[in-house]
Order: sequence, then structure tokens, then C-alpha cells
Amino acid sequence: MDMGSLLHQFLQQLINGISLGSIYALIALGYTMIYGILKLINFAHGDIYMLGAYFGFVATTMLGFSFVPAIIFAMVGAAIAGIIIERIAYRPMRNAPRIAILITAIGVSFLLEYGMMLIATPQPRTFPAVFAADVYHFGPLVVNSQQIVILVSAIILMAILTYIVQYTKIGKAMRAVSFDTDAARLMGINIDRVISATFALGSALAAAGGVLVGIYYNSIDPLMGMVPGIKAFVAAVLGGIGIIPGAMVGGIILGVVEAMVSGFISSTFRDAAAFGILIIILLYKPAGIFGKNVREKV
Amino acid sequence: MKKWKKFTSACLVAALSATLLAGCGGEKKEQAAANSNSYVIGASFELTGNVANYGKSTLSGLKLAVDQVNKAGGVNGKQLVVVESDNKSEPAESGNSVTKLITQDKVVAVVGPATSGCVFAATPVVTSNKVPLIAPCATAPAITVDNGQVKEFIFRACFIDPFQGRVMAEFADKTLGVKNVAILHDASSDYSKGLAEVFEKTLNEKGGKVVAKEAFLAKDIDFKAALTKIKAANPEAIYIPGYYEEVAKIVKQTRELGLNVPLIGCDGWDSPKLVEIAGPEALNNTYFSSAFSVQDKTESVQKFIADYKAMYQKDPDIFCMQGYNAGLVLADALKRAGDGADGTKLAAAIAATKDLPVASGKLTYDKDHNPIIAAIIIEMKDGVQSFKEKIAL
Repeated sequence: MDMGSLLHQFLQQLINGISLGSIYALIALGYTMIYGILKLINFAHGDIYMLGAYFGFVATTMLGFSFVPAIIFAMVGAAIAGIIIERIAYRPMRNAPRIAILITAIGVSFLLEYGMMLIATPQPRTFPAVFAADVYHFGPLVVNSQQIVILVSAIILMAILTYIVQYTKIGKAMRAVSFDTDAARLMGINIDRVISATFALGSALAAAGGVLVGIYYNSIDPLMGMVPGIKAFVAAVLGGIGIIPGAMVGGIILGVVEAMVSGFISSTFRDAAAFGILIIILLYKPAGIFGKNVREKV
Repeated sequence: MKKWKKFTSACLVAALSATLLAGCGGEKKEQAAANSNSYVIGASFELTGNVANYGKSTLSGLKLAVDQVNKAGGVNGKQLVVVESDNKSEPAESGNSVTKLITQDKVVAVVGPATSGCVFAATPVVTSNKVPLIAPCATAPAITVDNGQVKEFIFRACFIDPFQGRVMAEFADKTLGVKNVAILHDASSDYSKGLAEVFEKTLNEKGGKVVAKEAFLAKDIDFKAALTKIKAANPEAIYIPGYYEEVAKIVKQTRELGLNVPLIGCDGWDSPKLVEIAGPEALNNTYFSSAFSVQDKTESVQKFIADYKAMYQKDPDIFCMQGYNAGLVLADALKRAGDGADGTKLAAAIAATKDLPVASGKLTYDKDHNPIIAAIIIEMKDGVQSFKEKIAL
């Protein structure tokens, strides 16, 4: 293989990886925000993403919405679902040992997966094409309009999230709770409301990811959240769990690594590489790329 | 509450009368069995339970074959009589069902069950009683062969999965005229891996070459990385043995990457979902192998379809055809074994079946009790399946 075609292949894989990675990033953001506030790995998060995809499916097929209203409908629907789940499943466990909450999260995950199977049957559903998939050729490189929409939507959503977290009152409250819950409570911050808001935001982002995936890959099913959920968890750990820019970068890196491993080594090693990263990060830099090693106070 | 009571009692009455009726049916059959002017064939099928539709379809095909043989004068001057037995789609129950057929109904041979698991459970029973069994549609290779040892009394009437890999390699070589083929297979499925392996082996024998071999896992949604790599290898066609859910996405993404070579696959593609997910346009120039299509214009297939429709007023599916073929195989073997032949002789006669005309072409058994039978290639044209050609090896 000559250098030119190798370069083209590399660039094409980069495009493939970034579009996959931006989905991971959207899901990873929710993981990381919830961890940042509650120190809870919300294993049901991948299923919220699935729920969002189904909300988007209902919006486009039954209600006849176009792309933007459908994605907003899905985000609002998932945000409400996220708040309800937190209220019913996690809030009563607020003072329980962390392992108990973790098990609850796994339970919620199964409930969502198999509950959806009961409602919507395990059959995959075909997502309608809400906009045309134009293909652009840049020399030998191929970019699809849907890939561009995914990337642009992801960037816009992340920008909005950053604005909310950095510049609004509720964002300030979130950061305060994340920094020190007890101190925040003493300052008069309503912890429960902040947590609800966090779940709503994180779930909305996952739902956006679900709708984008539905449109891009054309099909959704009740178990679609399992693997992306775990991959997004790896992405969140890679970037530094609890750190918002870390989740974005972690997601993109993971997507690109997967594409490169499939493209230049072997597609069978793709998942091994993704979870290999998790192991290496946990061994050598458990705080993640953006994390600072904080010594725990005794 | 009252309503419920009424409903329950109605159910009870219905169940009771069903049992009574079934009892009557059974007696009638046993009377027929006692008649020495007939051969009694045991049909052990999944008539209730979760794969009941497989069993029912297969049985309907078998009955059509028996009906035709009887109308043509029967075998050796005797009529064929089918005794049905329900295995409830459970392996344990299928052992019981076959035991009952052999010990009570004194059948000369068993046709069924439909699924591999139930056939495995019935195997020790028929073997120890020396009664041949033809499984019309069980595809697991180990059904007829155990550790390289052929099971004397067990046969099947369908081709096993790897056979399709050979058929597709033949098609790629002869019809498409391609030499450099890429493979994208499902590393989490034995079915897919087996097909890929046999395809590659056959293609190499024909002087072709596998230029890239990539894998995916069931439930994957993004295949672009593997496809980009395949594209760089410049294949003239891509072989994708897999199930429709992943295949549909692969087909869509292959076309999105500007790769417009023929895509070829196996019977796992056969689903309306394939068109829904991939879209009719992306599916143009794709082909897959199968055992049966109502669009197959071959005379024997069309005759079978017409006969089936005349008897049941609906189109047959693949299971109907395999049940029908199994019935013809058995009738032919009974004839060649001669009147009064025991199970061992009958099994030998089945194994010696050669060029027997069945619905899908001519059937010959290989040394592993697997039929050598024609497969068909289906082409997708604007989202509609169309019969491309028949391939006999």
C-alpha cells in the first residue's frame, strides 16, 4: 500500500471515528455529570439513551415531527423520565451504601430494557429518514450529511451544556454540590432540586444521542443502549469521571481509537482496545486525562 | 367476577371437548395402524409451543407428499398412513413422543422433529429401536454426524449451513465472474463463521482470493471502520454471511462509503426488515442464497406450489417444502427397500437415495446423510426479491 492511499484511509477512519465518538461523548456527558454530583455510576444511563431513541421514533412516525422538534420532544421526554427515575429509585437510597445504589442502577437498567421490550416488542424498529442523506466526496474521502449533522448537533448541545453549567444559577449550584455537598446544603442550596436538574440534563443529552443514532443507523431496538452505555462509561473514565470537558474528549478519543484499530489492526480487536484503554487508565491514571490526583483527606 | 366464572367454565368445556375429540382421532389412527395394508409413518412435530409454526408448516408439506404418493397407488401396493404426535416444542417431550410412535403405533420410520434440539432428544430413542428418522429442516451439522461417526438411522432433508458458503462461492465465481472478494462476518455466530470459512475455502479452490477478511459482532451498529479497510483492498464483491439486522446496516453503510460492488450473503438476510433498514436503493446489486422461493420458476417448484395451494389455499414456505421432500425421500426408500424390510434395511435404502426428483430439484445423500440438493440465488431489485438462478453442486 502506498503512502497516499494509507493517508486517505487514515483520514477516512478519522471521519468515521469522530462521528461515532461524538455519540459516545453525548452519552458520556450524562454519566459524568451524575457521577460528579452523586458519586453514582448510573448504569441505567445507556437505557435512557434507548428511551430517547424511542421517544424520537414516536415523534417522527406517529406525531409526524421533523428533525428539530423530534429531538426536542425526545430530550424533554427523557429529561422527565430521568427525573422520575431519580425520584423513585435513587432518592430513597440517598444515604444507603454506595454499592446498594449501584445495584439499584443495574435494576433500573434491566427494568427499562425489558419494560421497553414488553411495550415495543424486541423487534428492531426502522427509524424514518427525517432528512436526506447526501453524500459528499472530497477526493477519495466520503462524508455523509448525517455524519455532519451528528457532529454539529453534538457540538451545539455541548456548548449549551457548558453555558448552563458555567454561567447560570443552577449550573453554579451544580458545581457547588459537586464540590462539596454538605457545604452547599449549608449555603441554602436545595440539593434535591440540583440533583433532579442534573438527571434531567444528562438524560436529555443521552436522548439526543439516541435520536441521532436512530437517524444515522436507521434502526433502534430495546437493547441498543447496552454496549454504547458501557462504551460511554469507558469514555467518561478516560476523560476523568466527573469532569465535563473530559467526557467530550474521552468520547471522541474512544471513537477514533476504535475506528483506527478496526482499520489498521483488525476489527475483532476493536472492543478489546476500548476496554484495554479502561484497564490502562485505571492502572496508570485513575483520575483520567483531565483529572487531578486528589489525595483523600482522612 | 361472574363474567370470569363464565369465561373459565367455557374454557373448561372447550378443553374437555378438545381432549375427547383428540382421543377419538387417536383411536382412528391406531385402527389404521393395525391394518396390514399400510405403512405407518410417525410424524413427531412441534405442533404447540413456541416454534409451533415450524412444526405445523413442515407437517403440512409431509401430508401433501403422502397424499400424492397414496393417490398414485401407494408404495408396494400399500397406502401410507401418517400418525401425528406433538412434541410441544420441547426436547424432553420429543423423546416421549417418538417412543410412543415406535412402541404403540409401530411406525416404520419417523419424520421430524423440525428443530435441531428436539431431533437430538429423539436420536437415542430411534437408534436403540432401529427405526430411521428423517429430520426435514434441522440444520445443526451434529444431527447426523457425531465425532466423525455417521449416525446410521438419522437423516435430514435440508442442506446444512456451510453448504450455502459453497453455493455462494460458486455463484461469485461463475455468475458474477469475480476473483477478489472481501468477507465481513459475524464473529459472535457459529453460523456466520462456518459460512465464511467454507466460502473462503471454495473460492480458493476456484482460483479466487479473499483480499480482506473483517469481523463484526451481533448488535454492532457502526461498520464503517471495517468497511473503509475493505474498500482499500479493492474487492470485486463482498461476502456478508449474517442476519438481516446487522446486514441491513452494513449494506447501507457500504453504499454510503461509495462502495458499489455486488454484496452477497446467505438465508439470514431473508426478512422484510432488510429492505426497511437498508433501503431499496442500497440493496440493488445484492444477492443471497436460500433453499426456497415462491418465485423460483423451475417446473418442479411451481408444481409443488400449485399442489400445495390446491390443498391448503395458501402459499407454502420453506418448511412446507422440506417436509414435502422428506415425505418423498421416505416413500422412495420404502419402495426400494421392498416389502417387509426392517429398519436397518430401510435406513440403508434412504442412504442410497440418488437423483430423486423432489420439489426443489434432485436429491442425493452424501456419506454424512446430508442431502445434496440445489440452492437458489435471490437478487434484490428495488427492494423486491427476485429469483436469480438455481445452483446445483
